[in-house]
Amino acid sequence: MLRIKWPSQILLVLALIFSGFANATPSDAKVAGFAGADYWQVVKKGDTGRTQDQGAEAGQLINVKGEEWRYWRNQWITPAGAYAIGGTLALLAIFYLLVGQKKLDHPRTGNLIERWKRLDRANHWTVAVLFIILAVSGLSILYGKFFLRTALGDSLWANYIMLCKLAHNYLGPLFVIGLLFMIVRWIKHNFFNRTDLMWFLKGGGIIGKAHPSAGYMNGGEKVWFWLLTIVGIIVCASGLVLDFQNFGQVRETMQIANLLHAAGSLILIAASFGHIYIGTIGTEGALEGMKTGYVDETWAKQHHDLWYEEVKGKSSND
Amino acid sequence: MARMKFLCDSKRCIECNGCVTACKNENEVEWGVNRRRVVTINDGEPGETSISVACMHCSDAPCMAVCPTDCFYQTDDGIVLHNKDLCIGCGYCLYACPFGAPQFPSDAAFGERGKMDKCTFCAGGPEEDNSPEERAKYGANRIAEGKLPMCAEMCSTKALLAGDANEVSDIFRERVIYRGHNDGAWSMSEEDIAYDATQKV
Repeated sequence: MLRIKWPSQILLVLALIFSGFANATPSDAKVAGFAGADYWQVVKKGDTGRTQDQGAEAGQLINVKGEEWRYWRNQWITPAGAYAIGGTLALLAIFYLLVGQKKLDHPRTGNLIERWKRLDRANHWTVAVLFIILAVSGLSILYGKFFLRTALGDSLWANYIMLCKLAHNYLGPLFVIGLLFMIVRWIKHNFFNRTDLMWFLKGGGIIGKAHPSAGYMNGGEKVWFWLLTIVGIIVCASGLVLDFQNFGQVRETMQIANLLHAAGSLILIAASFGHIYIGTIGTEGALEGMKTGYVDETWAKQHHDLWYEEVKGKSSND
Repeated sequence: MARMKFLCDSKRCIECNGCVTACKNENEVEWGVNRRRVVTINDGEPGETSISVACMHCSDAPCMAVCPTDCFYQTDDGIVLHNKDLCIGCGYCLYACPFGAPQFPSDAAFGERGKMDKCTFCAGGPEEDNSPEERAKYGANRIAEGKLPMCAEMCSTKALLAGDANEVSDIFRERVIYRGHNDGAWSMSEEDIAYDATQKV
């Protein structure tokens, strides 16, 4: 009979008995089984048979999940990602035009406080550069064909998209290492506490003169950290599944990995625009910290008052 | 304009793998790649049925819909072909294809699959018809010579049919009508064949 796992086989036998089909003569059953409706039904459900072909999953006639993958990728993730990225960019542009840069309330004191060690900065910029390369190449792989092929012409497009794929596949694993290193190194700063709750209730103080208290990391930075940790690990793990197909994972595994990878990356890319905005043109003095490692006292007092007091307390004790 | 289709009459397929061999030979397909394969369901059991499968040249081809480089194109005859110069070997066509048609010559780490290869309906690729470049990348272009795919032409039981969808289905429909008759549409007269299709095994 049909190759079906044993619990469902019992059900099938029961169903056949109750339907009276079991009373059919053996020769009738044979004819029904031979390329009949029953046969095509199991083939349609992805039944596998024997073949001389040594390729992976060669015995399966119909890859049932392929159409589902296509549907989710093409009908949902592709448009949703475009809206998420375009929407975030538009919101940030509107915000910048309406509210503008968050200035320092008081003049700089000229006294610098060390915020990021050299290793922190090296780690941050390695991950950041890899993130941008992976985002550009990944977005090209998802959206490039809609406009880049006509814009570049076939020959240039072929070289560009091949470069994207190679960059994505070879730099991806380096990003995994960099991100994991960053998570381990920074997790101690990023556990939520009561201060963060108040910070969120005051909307992070992004509008107006309010300055909610914050420690070394504020609530928003912690959200970005945990987004990178949770979604980032999903993206990294699914990326490795796709990158190392040589371990023989089946198509269905790679379809699911691809959906998680695309959806997760698009969320991270959209969120990264917020991070980049706040860290550059959005906040006066923010980029200095990650560029030089040092921030001005005024900046520290305004954005991370609790951390500033902690540092001051420590240095006065010394 | 014709609409090219394959049809495998599974009641006739005897799993000889002649189509696989014909394809391999005609197109000089790379090692590790099989553009066509024969799958047997219920092998060795009553109701054993074999079917030969390759690219089905779908009207709404999933490979075409998901390809990130847009390397696929459909000819006026409905044959789905691809441009290997644009292929980056990402494997998406393989994820999407219902029939497992797209094949890759390599399976190395970092997604190094090489350029995708699949059945071309013996219609080559985008290069000039029957040029050495086309032959090296895609194999034969029998369609340009007015011939049908080698697999179907070589099929010993004429289980595998290839050609215009209307003609292929006419042949199959005629077979279905005559099935259950003495010669089961294996011959034109009732006398010249020893095989009796009404005789159940």
